[in-house]
Amino acid sequence: MDTVQYLDDHGKPLRDLPLSNEELLQGYRALCRARQFDERALVLQRQGRLGVYPPFRGQEAAQVGVTLCLEASKDWLCPSYRETAAAITFGMPLSKLILSWRADPAGWRIPDSVNMIQFYIPIATQIPQAAGLAHAERLKGSGAVVAAFIGDGGTSEGDFHEGLNFASVFDAPLLIVVQNNGWAISVPTKKQMKVQRVALKAQGYGIPGVVVDGNDLVAVWSAAREAAARARNGEGPTLIEAITYRVAPHTSSDDPGRYRTEEETERWIRRDPILRMKNCLTHLELWSENQEAELTEELEGEFLAAVEEADQAPAPRPWEIVEQVYAEMHADQQAAWNYLRGEP
Amino acid sequence: MIAERENRVLNNVQAINEALDMALAQDQRVVVFGEDVGAMGGVFRASDGLMQKHGEKRVFDTPLAESGIVGFGIGLAMAGFRPVAEIQFAGFLYPALDQILSHLGRMRHRTRGRFSVPMVIRAPYGGGVKTPEQHADSPEAILSHIPGVKVVIPSSPERAKGLLLSAIADPDPVFFLEAIKLYRGVKAPVPEGFFTLPIGKARMVREGTAASLLCYGGMVEVCQKAAEVAAKEGVELEIVDLETLVPLDTQTILESVRKTGRAIVVYEAMRTGGFGAEVAARIAEEALDSLQSPVIRVAGWDAPYPPFSAVENFYRPDARRVLEAVRRALTY
Repeated sequence: MDTVQYLDDHGKPLRDLPLSNEELLQGYRALCRARQFDERALVLQRQGRLGVYPPFRGQEAAQVGVTLCLEASKDWLCPSYRETAAAITFGMPLSKLILSWRADPAGWRIPDSVNMIQFYIPIATQIPQAAGLAHAERLKGSGAVVAAFIGDGGTSEGDFHEGLNFASVFDAPLLIVVQNNGWAISVPTKKQMKVQRVALKAQGYGIPGVVVDGNDLVAVWSAAREAAARARNGEGPTLIEAITYRVAPHTSSDDPGRYRTEEETERWIRRDPILRMKNCLTHLELWSENQEAELTEELEGEFLAAVEEADQAPAPRPWEIVEQVYAEMHADQQAAWNYLRGEP
Repeated sequence: MIAERENRVLNNVQAINEALDMALAQDQRVVVFGEDVGAMGGVFRASDGLMQKHGEKRVFDTPLAESGIVGFGIGLAMAGFRPVAEIQFAGFLYPALDQILSHLGRMRHRTRGRFSVPMVIRAPYGGGVKTPEQHADSPEAILSHIPGVKVVIPSSPERAKGLLLSAIADPDPVFFLEAIKLYRGVKAPVPEGFFTLPIGKARMVREGTAASLLCYGGMVEVCQKAAEVAAKEGVELEIVDLETLVPLDTQTILESVRKTGRAIVVYEAMRTGGFGAEVAARIAEEALDSLQSPVIRVAGWDAPYPPFSAVENFYRPDARRVLEAVRRALTY
């Protein structure tokens, strides 16, 4: 299968780009915003100010490129835990995301204006649900689409296949985005599957499967835009395989030295999606070091303000444990709630 | 079929079909789906005629994949629909356990109320009709051990109709388990028109003084038979139909046990870790002083439901075994 690519490994355009200069700048900005969060989040985690955190370094373009095709108040995002970059681009307030990765219930309450389901922790369960969301929008005739993210390892799960099949049978307006980042924690893709490309799995369900250079924002964005247009037009789901690499550990608790070489990681760092996009902008004379410095300063300020806001959120209270389990607490829960509040 | 409107009788399948029909007519958000529920009307005919009447967008067949069905329904529910999914047999729910345990009952909690899953999952359960292997499971204890879901098990056509209409209107996910034995085995008067019965309330089936039989679903009929036999010997048994396992109406159970002083919990699932253990524990916690004999469980044995139908009656509790337990309790 051909891999969609618009930028070479250094970011030089290989041909005419299907994005406007404005879009290229918007995309670069979104990439930098995501990375700023990721880098700072790891620092917070090391300071004990964040829980276990799954970094996405190296995968920014794969997530941002898809999410830029979506409207937060109309479309839907079903992210796995790896997709904080997608959540940021979709419009999740940074303070909410910090709280979310602090396992603070205030972060779990996603604003009404953002149609994102809380990060999926089990693997692949989001795919049948995303198919259901997409079918619902099709029944309503809303023209909305759903984007569900999963990794290469996740495509081994039964729910991935059941969800693809449901989406296919019902012509659901769904983008199934597989970030093939080479590793399912410590298991390499070649031990995960015998097919050369995850996108080939789409053939089993009679839907289009496309392979894109996941570290090429232009390629991801244009492929996702085409898939979204097909979906909005009633032409059903598309499987997008974004070839990328998880430069960072699986989570803040992982030690990649146990299963992969530094040389491999170094090779991918040289294909960094943000560096490539920056080189692209420079090549097109759309970007200067002055603009870079201004952007960095602005994004730092935004993150620090978000941390400050998150720090001000009241600590979760013990009795919240039994709240929001049902629309109304039942008698046993009420008793637990009273106990946790220290009331008789 | 219906001779007189006031005295019309329905079996359980007909009552369930009527409830689904009314819910579809009353609320445009309701969609009914599952394996074979469309053109065929379900293997037990619970959705007979509904696709033809309400259209293929609202009553539809799905691919043969239970996890897909439950996950798909969760998605539909979060986008504003009221999905009613049929799982062909309760023993076929197991492929969907990840969706059920990780998401169905947890969505409201993990989104702090932003999203909920007002979904009903109907499934025929239990034995007594010589079904093939793995078609007679009673997984209600597994389902009751999941936070955020409700578990309802009706025992008569009227209860089935009213409780199903409540379940579909409920803001939270509800498992609606339907005893296969009762589908066509019982006919009874069912009120016409739309009505609901409360979820979370146990029902006094028969008042008595000697002992309390605490049961649900297909075991209510069994307990009634036992009570009739006992009555001939002058022993008046009380029968409480739990109806809703989650949230459990502990109050009604305790009131009955405090009155009779003896409790026998009857369920057809495997004994160990069954829902009757939960009932027994609550009685021990709250009403020990009232007990004149230990709580007794009459249940399926600690073995798979027997695939050899010639002996299934030795697995599934019957009136004889209930009466043995009554005798033990009364002679303690």
